[in-house]
Amino acid sequence: MPYTPDFGSPSAIDRTLPLAPDPTRVRPYGDTLDDGFVQLSFTLPVPPGPEAEEAALRLMRLMNLHEPAIVHTRDMQNGCTFFVAYGACRDTVDYSAIKVPKAQSVVLDKKEVEAQAAEILAGRPLRVIGACTGTDAHTVGIDAILNMKGIAGHKGLESYRGFEIRNLGAQVPNEDLIAAAREFRADAVLVSQIVTQKNVHIQNLTRFIELVEAEGLRDRWILVVGGPRITHELAMELGFDAGFGRQSFASHVASFLVQEMRKRVQAEA
Amino acid sequence: MSSKLGLDLEKVARARATAGRIVAAMHGLIERHTTTTVERAVLRLYGVDGVDDDEVPLPNRVVDELKRAGALDLGAARFVGAAAEKGLASPQAAAEALVAGRLKASELARVDGARALEHARALTGPSLARIRRQRARRVDLAKRLGMAHGLQLYLIVATGNIHEDVGQAQAAARQGADIIAVIRTTGQSLLDYVPYGATTEGYGGTYATQENFRIMRAALDEASEQLGRYVQLVNYASGLCMPEISAMGAFERLDMLLNDSMYGILFRDINPVRTFVDQAFSRSINAFAGAVINTGEDNYLTTADAVEAAHTVLASQFLNEQFGHAAGLRDEQLGLGHAFEIDPSFEDGFLYEIAQAQLAREVFPRSPLKYMPPTKFMTGNIFRGHVQDALFNLVSVLTGQRIHLLGMLTEAIHTPFLADRYLAIEAARYVTATARHLGDELEFKPGGVIRNRAAEVLDKAVAFLDEIEGMGLLACIERGMFANITRRRDGGKGYDGVVTKAPGYVNPFAEQLSAELPLQLEEVAHAVHA
Repeated sequence: MPYTPDFGSPSAIDRTLPLAPDPTRVRPYGDTLDDGFVQLSFTLPVPPGPEAEEAALRLMRLMNLHEPAIVHTRDMQNGCTFFVAYGACRDTVDYSAIKVPKAQSVVLDKKEVEAQAAEILAGRPLRVIGACTGTDAHTVGIDAILNMKGIAGHKGLESYRGFEIRNLGAQVPNEDLIAAAREFRADAVLVSQIVTQKNVHIQNLTRFIELVEAEGLRDRWILVVGGPRITHELAMELGFDAGFGRQSFASHVASFLVQEMRKRVQAEA
Repeated sequence: MSSKLGLDLEKVARARATAGRIVAAMHGLIERHTTTTVERAVLRLYGVDGVDDDEVPLPNRVVDELKRAGALDLGAARFVGAAAEKGLASPQAAAEALVAGRLKASELARVDGARALEHARALTGPSLARIRRQRARRVDLAKRLGMAHGLQLYLIVATGNIHEDVGQAQAAARQGADIIAVIRTTGQSLLDYVPYGATTEGYGGTYATQENFRIMRAALDEASEQLGRYVQLVNYASGLCMPEISAMGAFERLDMLLNDSMYGILFRDINPVRTFVDQAFSRSINAFAGAVINTGEDNYLTTADAVEAAHTVLASQFLNEQFGHAAGLRDEQLGLGHAFEIDPSFEDGFLYEIAQAQLAREVFPRSPLKYMPPTKFMTGNIFRGHVQDALFNLVSVLTGQRIHLLGMLTEAIHTPFLADRYLAIEAARYVTATARHLGDELEFKPGGVIRNRAAEVLDKAVAFLDEIEGMGLLACIERGMFANITRRRDGGKGYDGVVTKAPGYVNPFAEQLSAELPLQLEEVAHAVHA
């Protein structure tokens, strides 16, 4: 399935809906187009009772939700009350004016990636090293992208012919990843970050880029970061070449890598 | 109990015997070595505590000093005893003197070994008595207040601030949690020391410190009295400080400790020798404290596929059981782990989950099995997640699991909100009540999917254990036979803390614990109330 190739325009709105929405004025769809209904649940640190409900309703009005309705409350046993609520959003957004930066590559099928890698690198392998860095102990992301098995039916980079993979696992210090990438003569370095509490990943990723730059290695490698809270935009801000978030698979990363490699090889030539 | 799965009990016995021989073959290696954290645990058991101006714990300072003097291979207890012979009867005072340079390790090494050992043995008395008192107190509380029958609902709190954790833990207990785990701050398992005092800052969790243990146990005692139900406390005797955490937990009456024999090797890249030595002493302390351990087989399934790797979970449970017995744990203290981690898109996956859970129940009939909820295939679709957790709850009640770790609908998104825990407890209580006796009503069809699957997993586990025995456990770990992870026996973190014991080495706590273990059934609160 092709990715939107560049700073793409939003997908066309489905005109088969019973009523055609106005793409310049989009709001939530509950059971009737443009009703604006949203569902939310939250906890307030006050004991249950009519005052608590009134507090919840006022808060929802402050969120700019109209016709707020509390449909469920529960005593949380610690002086707190849990609410399930609905309200109508009257605001709209102009969908047609939205531009979201994405990793600029087309998703290729595996054979195509392998063929391009062989062509660009004249038979030598494309070396990819990856780790989940810092204190983060989760290998699930880096394993999904790198390991043979992959995830959800998408085989990992290890299964790609012409790719040489090293997966360092989790809790790898930035310094160790950099040293290993050097020794491996990596073309690309993949950093996975799963734990994002208190933005610990931002500090860690920033530190990684600082170290790479301090050692004068920034241009030697394609730097990629991935994780459930990573966006391409965030990755660019932090100084990476690409970022991959939820629903990214090895095929996305592989496609990006060969296309980026091609650019770099052509630039050198 | 008759087997609902029609298991071949001879195969079960064979697997157990093989695991016993694999573990026995590790005995020599474990006995020949001590480690820095084992010796620090000895010091902590003697009551040595506190930190210096740079926040370095006193047990670390002492062990570093002994190591520098080339004397750690005699055991820290030897120096505690020698200092007593020289008139310093308080191990704390002796430790302070050694660190301040008023006492020299070389001087202590010259004290007559037999005299030192006599003192070292005598000095274990008050500490062991303190642990016995905590153990008896737990049994009394469990008897007087009671503990949940059937599933014990296990919840995690993790704000980073112990004082905020207290509020959340008490609320969770009031909502119905039976077990509270204070998850550790990310990365603590790789610290080669245990931080000190009450802490208010952490990432993704709260530091495990003795003071934090004390604060939380006191808060849960208060909640237990209010609720008329003994609420248990869990922490993590894993990582580079396994025995030290166990010692602290024993003093502060932690009821449960995550304490796997191989988890640190595989998932934290801690040196294999270090881990095998550490887990042995750590588990003896937990055994003596009357605590229940939790093993980490669920982790295998976060890297390997739950359908393909199911037999490695069972094999590891056998190994954890045998390592546990070797350390003096009773079956009733072995919270063997497993997990509900089959891909939701896999047809009949629910039947496979039932087969695996029932298999664990039948193979380890007296163990309080620890069943872990889905994590790997939780997606951020909280609505589907709640359904996955409901199915997990159903398997758990149907197959008679015991330690039931509640799944969160927001797994894979963030640390649970207050409301997420409430929703998890509400769902678990609903499912366990509505299906309470379903397991008694059901039999599994001979030749059906569930029986065939259980037989297949058992067969593969038998073959896998045979293979491990043939190769040796360390060689298997080096070849990546567990969770596809390769670890060298001379690699990994903490290897520099492994010390070969000298001929005069002493550890009077280890001697005393092994003389008193295993405990009597009535000394284990969980068993009294099972």
